Amino acid sequence: MSAPLGEAPRWVTAVLLPALNVSAAFLVSGLVVLLIGEDPLEVVQLLLFGAFGFGEGIGYTLFYTTNFIFTGLAFAVAFHAGLFNIGAEGQAYIGGLGVALACLHLDFLPLAVLIPLALAGAAAFGAAWALLPGWLQAYRGSHVVITTIMFNFIAASVMVYLLVNVMSPPGSMQPESATFAEGARLPFLHDVLRALGFQAAASPLNLSFVWALICCALVWVLIWRTPLGYALRTLGANPTAAVYGGMSPRRLTVIAMLISGALAGSLAVNEIMGNQHRLILEFTAGYGFVGIAVALMGRSHPVGICLAALLFGALYQGGAELAFEKPQITRDMVVVIQGLIIFFAGALENLFRPRLVRLFTPRARQALLEEA
Amino acid sequence: MTGERQPPVIELVGISKSFGAVRANRDISLAVERGTIHGIVGENGAGKSTLMSILYGFYQADSGEIRVNGERRTIDSPDAAIAAGIGMVHQHFMLVDTFTALENVVLGAEGGLTLKHGLARARQALIDLERDYGLEVPLDEPVGELTVGQQQRLEILKALFRGADMLILDEPTGVLTPAEANHLFRILRQLKTQGRTVVLITHKLREIMSITDNVSVMRRGEMVETLATAQASPEKLAELMVGRRVLLRVDKSARAPERDILKVENLSIRDEDGVTRVNDVSFTVRAGEIVGIAGVADNGQSELLQALSGMRPFDAGTVTIDGHRLDPHASDNYRLREWGVAHVPEDRHRMGLVVPFEANENVLLGYHRERDYRRGPLLDRRAIIEDTARKMEKFDVRPSFPRLKTSLFSGGNQQKIVLAREIEHDPDLLLVGQPTRGVDIGAIEFIHRRLIELRDAGKAILLVSVELDEIQSLADRILVMFAGAIVGECAPGVSENELGMLMAGVTPGESA
Amino acid sequence: METLGALFLLLDSALRLSVPLLFACLAGLYSERSGVFDIGLEGKMLGAAFAAGAVAGVSGSAWLGVLAALAASLGLALLHGFACITHRGNQIVSGVAINILAVGLTAQLGATWFHQGGQTPSLSNDARLLGLDWPGAEQAAGVPAIGQFYSEVVSGHNVLVYLAYLAVLLTWWVIYRTRFGLRLRATGENPAAVDTAGISVTWMRYRAVACCGLLCGFAGAYLSVGQSAGFIRDMTAGKGFIALAALIFAKWRPVQAMGACFLFGLLDALAIRLQGVPLPGIGEVPVQFMQAVPYVLTVILLAGFVGRAVPPKAGGIPYTKDER
Repeated sequence: MSAPLGEAPRWVTAVLLPALNVSAAFLVSGLVVLLIGEDPLEVVQLLLFGAFGFGEGIGYTLFYTTNFIFTGLAFAVAFHAGLFNIGAEGQAYIGGLGVALACLHLDFLPLAVLIPLALAGAAAFGAAWALLPGWLQAYRGSHVVITTIMFNFIAASVMVYLLVNVMSPPGSMQPESATFAEGARLPFLHDVLRALGFQAAASPLNLSFVWALICCALVWVLIWRTPLGYALRTLGANPTAAVYGGMSPRRLTVIAMLISGALAGSLAVNEIMGNQHRLILEFTAGYGFVGIAVALMGRSHPVGICLAALLFGALYQGGAELAFEKPQITRDMVVVIQGLIIFFAGALENLFRPRLVRLFTPRARQALLEEA
Repeated sequence: MTGERQPPVIELVGISKSFGAVRANRDISLAVERGTIHGIVGENGAGKSTLMSILYGFYQADSGEIRVNGERRTIDSPDAAIAAGIGMVHQHFMLVDTFTALENVVLGAEGGLTLKHGLARARQALIDLERDYGLEVPLDEPVGELTVGQQQRLEILKALFRGADMLILDEPTGVLTPAEANHLFRILRQLKTQGRTVVLITHKLREIMSITDNVSVMRRGEMVETLATAQASPEKLAELMVGRRVLLRVDKSARAPERDILKVENLSIRDEDGVTRVNDVSFTVRAGEIVGIAGVADNGQSELLQALSGMRPFDAGTVTIDGHRLDPHASDNYRLREWGVAHVPEDRHRMGLVVPFEANENVLLGYHRERDYRRGPLLDRRAIIEDTARKMEKFDVRPSFPRLKTSLFSGGNQQKIVLAREIEHDPDLLLVGQPTRGVDIGAIEFIHRRLIELRDAGKAILLVSVELDEIQSLADRILVMFAGAIVGECAPGVSENELGMLMAGVTPGESA
Repeated sequence: METLGALFLLLDSALRLSVPLLFACLAGLYSERSGVFDIGLEGKMLGAAFAAGAVAGVSGSAWLGVLAALAASLGLALLHGFACITHRGNQIVSGVAINILAVGLTAQLGATWFHQGGQTPSLSNDARLLGLDWPGAEQAAGVPAIGQFYSEVVSGHNVLVYLAYLAVLLTWWVIYRTRFGLRLRATGENPAAVDTAGISVTWMRYRAVACCGLLCGFAGAYLSVGQSAGFIRDMTAGKGFIALAALIFAKWRPVQAMGACFLFGLLDALAIRLQGVPLPGIGEVPVQFMQAVPYVLTVILLAGFVGRAVPPKAGGIPYTKDER
């Protein structure tokens, strides 16, 4: 696909620029590593080995990647419509409730029936938690950034209450639900592969990974190949033009938030039905916020989001291995790197962009345009 | 009438300025004499505002120098311009709506670390200035609650308070009623008699002729000529502005109108603040005619057009389009295109185009639900791009690349994309606002011809324009809007004088 | 006088709990009034709390700790400014990044330096800011009502508590009565007007962001060397966001900010007080319910059903001079 005339080639903005931003983030992270007295190169080696060096590691990496794909897509869909949904954390948390209710109360159903129901439950609960912020933005003008922040905290309170007082099985002091029955768990991918006759190391990677990839494709089709996606992008780029084009910004705002919330909620399938097999406190662990970075780095495109999610997945898994090998470095180092990547790829995206664009926009193209 | 030996108040020598590939100002020289009103005219995009922004220190010139009272000065910030005695009234007012008028005036000239004394001193100074120049502005009201005229006078006060010896006004009458504009001109003359200098940027030749002493004409970033207004005529200025004699009339044959397409009865529209913008308006547009709506900008035409195109709710009255009643709450505007309504909006950047999109995606705007552009539930990209290529060729859009980003087309070509989209869908009713705003001469003729063709094909057209020439040469009937009401209807042969009177709210029979 | 005593205890505790909210809320006020949205209050507070805990722990001086807190928070604030003002980056994204960075850095550095799982060493009383007993407080305690109020509620706090409430008055004066305040408010409403008046928007916003950083520094220092004896992982626990909620609740005005922060502090104090205590007629109120109230109230306010919170008009939008 060739770039439109008069702009930098697409590989510059889609590949080189994010690469540069991430490099800058890693460079600063390297300084932090130096500060705590470790060798950055050795750390990188351990990280990469931890993430990709052995079967189990790869499984974990892809397991985390799955989470980031969901939250990245969630942010991206709303972002295309000009909305800043930073409530994926809360939406995913509440999504967990949908999964758990399905898995706990419908476990008499065959798995093939239960899985779609659990997926629907996660999506529906996530969407429901995004509905009110979306509605308030659309009809009352309350800024979605602030309301989604508030809803994250409200979700946290609701979930603590439910897990402590309602869902915790009688006699248990643990703030968590009962464990799901064997027949109400999403199969691990290594089990599936073994059943098919392949060898695979055990890891929490489960069938949600496949669902995440399907969601990527669906989001791509939605955004670039459907009238609804076109309307969402128009709203994001120019709300007045959207009205001119016969679209309803209010309706679209609510729809975008619903889709976004549903995608965020789907994270819970991976964590709760695929790995934990019970509803626990704070299983979202900040994945929702990292989704912002994933989407920004991936330029809100599903392919970019997959790659960025893989990067963060590798960081998570590699970071865990690293913390194990190097007692001086904790898993928080990964959080530092995340913060820096969000900072460089998101907040400081204008640091390199203008220079890069100028460098790579061919003069011949500009001249051609001026002639016209 | 200028001082004999005195150096000019302001002298610009060889100013050039580029924005990327766009050369906004090329080697411009200009001298403004003390105690005069100096007009600068030119079409949109001629570089007038850029030049004045350089003078006010908002931009830095790439080359050239600025002399104030004969001395070379570096003006690299608005602060430096203020220090050099230059004040500016921007087209979009630079006021803080939540502040009082008084607070707005002292902003940047507080006279100390705390406000108390500065405010008191400023109040006294302002009362004096208001008296000297007839600038009535309530000082203690939030600026957001003042009228446009009051806000503009406040801008003038701001400049005078900061000691402006020379005042630049950028398109000051665009938003004013005729009465307010007259008030403004009285103030400007008063400033002149007190020895101050005024630079008036406008594209309205009538204003230039009536108030300025000297006039400079700009075209495509260059200074074409400076002459005494007494030696100028509107025709001559127009010719200088566009570079050749303008064809003001378009050939068109007579055509008998047919059935009613658009029927507007007692339409009233209030804006978000509850101010009535359109007041009890009734008219019809029939198939095979162009009805023009003339009027000074901001007399309700924009709101009318937006309501008729379903973009804005209305408060009273009925709108019937080819038998369909329009919902006053503007909740069904997506249906209008199915009813055969097309709309070329006044402000193509804000409404008619999504500038960061590719051209083909803009051809889709408003028609994204259409079956021709779809394959099942999905959009048919190939069909859309092919259709775009066809439309671009037909409307001579250059360059004719359907996948080019819309922002990279020139203003005229962007407008052609909008027109191609709207006209090629073969509408029964076309609503057009300012079709040639910011469009080069060649494209203007092209656009006018297309509109006439559409009318000859038996379509109904409602044309809103502030350009009288355009209205007079295209319309079969002219309605004049003033203060939200239709104050008269004329034939296209009406004299400009009579039309002007109507636009100023003077109905025939009354004395001016 | 049993109930009165309980009430005073509650007020006393509300006052203490409102202090970090109040500092952070005023911090946000400076920044947002200048048009720079800041959801990174939480991160700056956390960074400051860590710096104060660490430096006070190592040096044994509470005041050096406070200085370190101010420096750390200022640094993060300037980082926000660098991204959002100089490079016109997205203010929300930058805030999120700073929050995450602060969580990671404080935990990692804490673990590296102090080997206590991310905590800083427990501070001796010398290295903390202790309560100041006001003259006559002890004697007054015997006097019912007024005396009790004086000794229980007014007296006995550390210096930062009083500073927080002084900061309200100071902020009110600065915002409404000084040149800086006038320009600050104008920058948040219409930066182009400020620019054309010959004032640098960039410089104004940097100063506002710096004020924000310093105040967040006090908020963080209060947490680790005032209220507690050392830094604990994630010790801000969402206070930065409650402060943000309070700022919206106060519609970006200083005195109202004080009211909102005290209200939210009171809710917090009540939540602690009522834990496990059944209320007559209602039963036991879940503590999570009390914790969620500030957020719910803010959402209701934002929805415009009671009053309307209109943020500064230019908030969130980077200022660019040329629109070409």
